[in-house]
Amino acid sequence: MLSTDTEILKTAETWRREGRGVAVATVVETWGSAPRPVGSHLVIDGDTNFLGSVSGGCVEGAVITEALDVIADGKPRMLEFGVADETAWQVGLSCGGRIKVYVERVD
Amino acid sequence: MRLSLLSDLNAERAARRAAVLVTDVASGEQRLVREAEIASDPLAGELRERLRQGRSGLVERDGRQLFLTVQTPPVRMAVIGAVHISQALAPMARGVDFDVTIIDPRTAFATPERFPDVQVLAEWPDAVLPEMGLDRYTAVVALTHDPKIDDPALAAALRAECFYIGALGSRKTHERRVRRLMESGFTEADLDRIHAPIGLDIGAVSPAEIAVSILAEIVATLRKERRRSA
Repeated sequence: MLSTDTEILKTAETWRREGRGVAVATVVETWGSAPRPVGSHLVIDGDTNFLGSVSGGCVEGAVITEALDVIADGKPRMLEFGVADETAWQVGLSCGGRIKVYVERVD
Repeated sequence: MRLSLLSDLNAERAARRAAVLVTDVASGEQRLVREAEIASDPLAGELRERLRQGRSGLVERDGRQLFLTVQTPPVRMAVIGAVHISQALAPMARGVDFDVTIIDPRTAFATPERFPDVQVLAEWPDAVLPEMGLDRYTAVVALTHDPKIDDPALAAALRAECFYIGALGSRKTHERRVRRLMESGFTEADLDRIHAPIGLDIGAVSPAEIAVSILAEIVATLRKERRRSA
């Protein structure tokens, strides 16, 4: 299913009402060429189901992992992803940009 | 984020009202500011400017970093004419997250069978457009070629300051249209806002290709205008 901005936040609400643990990740800042604009959302549940995107697929995996911690302890987190280096290119942006992602739990 | 806040945010979106979610990123503290409440908010100036540009972003206030999630109503597209081009245009427009409504008083054209998954109104535009509440987040596309059906819709769109207004027809057809609308009180500057002939010039021939050119023109208008005002 193609997820639009409308669907993403509606889904977050639906999932929470179903009793799932839910986190919302939001792109809050970008530098250089970034694939998704500020304000883009990714929602994640406790079983790592997710909808939306904060990048072109480059850092979603890392955001989902962090989101599970946020769902567990309820503390919001600010994540930063930069240019990928050789040792950690799985969680970098190959486009050369940098992004900051805010992850919070839906209570 | 409290579930009630998320629920309020979704409700504003569903009601086609703009809103801004203000988040203190250090503490996680949040509040929702509805469009009608902006004037009395301490961040009024900033919020108004953000809303105009449709741009979310970080701001710094009293040493605190605040993220403003700007939510403008989803773009809506009113298509006048349940014609062949509209059949191609409706699913494409849904694909880019537009709310689509097809309006055509000719009941043989305006059927749910021809337009699955979108709202179809077998009514005259002047009967249903006032109720729809056209606004600056709405695009109006007139595709019937029939002045009886298209003209009242174009007039309503011009009065409502819809962000995009387009009309199908040759340059000659459009000249006659402009003359008719001027007789009913619109100025040349008003009528310059109608995109006609409709669509980007990509040499489109088939109904589906014309639909691509129309949708591309609407997206260009939406995005470039916001960028210009940024």
